[in-house]
Amino acid sequence: MLNTITHETRPRLSEFTYIRRVLLGRGIVIFGVVIILILAISAIFAPWLAPYDPYDQKLDQVLQQPSGEHLLGTDALGRDTLSRIIYGARNSLMVGLVALCIAATAGMAIGLIAGYFSGWINAICMRFIDSLMCFPMILMALVLAALLGGGLRNVMIALGIAMLPGYARLMCGQVLSVKENDYVLATRSLGAGNRRIMLRHILPNCLPPLIVLVTMQIGAAILVEAGLSFLGIGIEPPAAAWGTMISDGRMYLLTNPILSSAPGIAIMLVVFSFNMVGDGLRDALDPRLRGTL
Amino acid sequence: MHILPGDPILIFISSGELKQTSLQEIEALRHQFGLDKPLMRQYIDWFAGVVRGDFGISIVQREPVMKEIARRLPITFQLSLIALIISTIIGIPAGVVCAVRRGKWVDTLVTILANAGITVPVFWLGIMLIYLFALKLGWLPVQGYTSPFADFGKSVKQMIMPVCCLSIFSISSITRQTRSSMLEVMRQDYIRTAWAKGLKERLVIMKHGIKNGLIPIVTLLGMSFSFIVGGSVLIENVFNIPGMSRLVVNAVFVQDYPVVQGFVLIIAVVVLLTNLIVDISYGWLDPRIRYG
Repeated sequence: MLNTITHETRPRLSEFTYIRRVLLGRGIVIFGVVIILILAISAIFAPWLAPYDPYDQKLDQVLQQPSGEHLLGTDALGRDTLSRIIYGARNSLMVGLVALCIAATAGMAIGLIAGYFSGWINAICMRFIDSLMCFPMILMALVLAALLGGGLRNVMIALGIAMLPGYARLMCGQVLSVKENDYVLATRSLGAGNRRIMLRHILPNCLPPLIVLVTMQIGAAILVEAGLSFLGIGIEPPAAAWGTMISDGRMYLLTNPILSSAPGIAIMLVVFSFNMVGDGLRDALDPRLRGTL
Repeated sequence: MHILPGDPILIFISSGELKQTSLQEIEALRHQFGLDKPLMRQYIDWFAGVVRGDFGISIVQREPVMKEIARRLPITFQLSLIALIISTIIGIPAGVVCAVRRGKWVDTLVTILANAGITVPVFWLGIMLIYLFALKLGWLPVQGYTSPFADFGKSVKQMIMPVCCLSIFSISSITRQTRSSMLEVMRQDYIRTAWAKGLKERLVIMKHGIKNGLIPIVTLLGMSFSFIVGGSVLIENVFNIPGMSRLVVNAVFVQDYPVVQGFVLIIAVVVLLTNLIVDISYGWLDPRIRYG
């Protein structure tokens, strides 16, 4: 009986293959990726994909129900709802992504500096972050947007600042642990300056959890953007934004419920997809979570 | 830690707005609200007022900010607190059930619902609820707010939809957190010991499981309160509730800075208090983290 194989050692998989396998092993992640791809394509190619001009007002075709001609009907000014949703994808995605870039870059910079130089610099940075964290994200963005004065660009900045604390906190924690490594000491003994150590040695080693946070926060960014535009801050009419469309459609709820419901479903689908991909990525990158959930 | 309330830039923009009204009155108005003083001086004046319980006078309403806030704060607070209690009552048991029945249909269903719950835009949900329950079925009033002391039945009816919307996000996030936290705890050795010594399922979960898995959940509960207050900005707008957040949204639009400053200060204090309660409850939940 000695020649029976009791257990087989599987060939070792490379890290990347393993991550890919865990990530794509879940149906829901693939669903998310597909939705995100559709979103990206419709945002980029909006002018070619949209059946009508989103700003073209046809006052003889006001408040039409969904039909073959207008798949999702038309709004109070005779504008095609589907076209507006497709153009809205552009704005929503852009605001979300730009705000996220601002938040991630600024947050990481603050976190890196705060974590690297302990002492009073750390104290100042972290108290600043603490005071930002005191407020719910949407309120913070609201007040900041009011301070900066409306407009798309200012809303992106406001949203970016409102989302910044999470990154700074995480980065600071990462830096505190990474900077104790021997390779940092080794680089220092070779005569490297603070800037070189921070940017070339510490920063890359802090990145993985931050990348996961970014993916997981795209959804939140889109949600807050929708909330702000729902309140009438941010994208200015006639430009299409999902939040504004929901708010406008509210008045015709009884006769044309599709005006409000369609953009809401679009927001849900997109945010859901980003959350699922974010979750999948987190589980795939964190060895402790692989295969447990 | 001292939180600097308000922002001097706000004052600057606000006086910029006033310029557009009329040239004659501006100087008088400015002087009346102290806007002609240097920024630092304005801030110190305002702060000195706050210490004495005076939040200044609303530029638009011409009324003390304190009075306005005192009238509206209880409304927002009442809704938020109810939402928080509901999220705790539903969220924690749902998460525990998921963790215990992991992989069963209950788990799958609740997990999907929870994922949908953190995704849905609350204001949109509010509008859809209005459409379904108020306009189509006619079960609930469309919007508005009545004090529970004035007309209890009407008040409850009017609160159902806003509270649902406010709590949906925190219910979902608490469920998710409870589930993962309980899954972690149920793998521990002491849980196996509890099973091994023949304890009933209820006792193992209630006494050994939940108590140890509660810390991250309490942290999240503290944060949830801040989420809920943030959500009330949108929900009070949807349901036309005369609460704090509605006041501040309007104030933001008309650059009425004393109102915004007062609001910001109050929110900061509330959030700090919540954090303090959370920190204290850590020690109570887990004697190992008692400080000092």
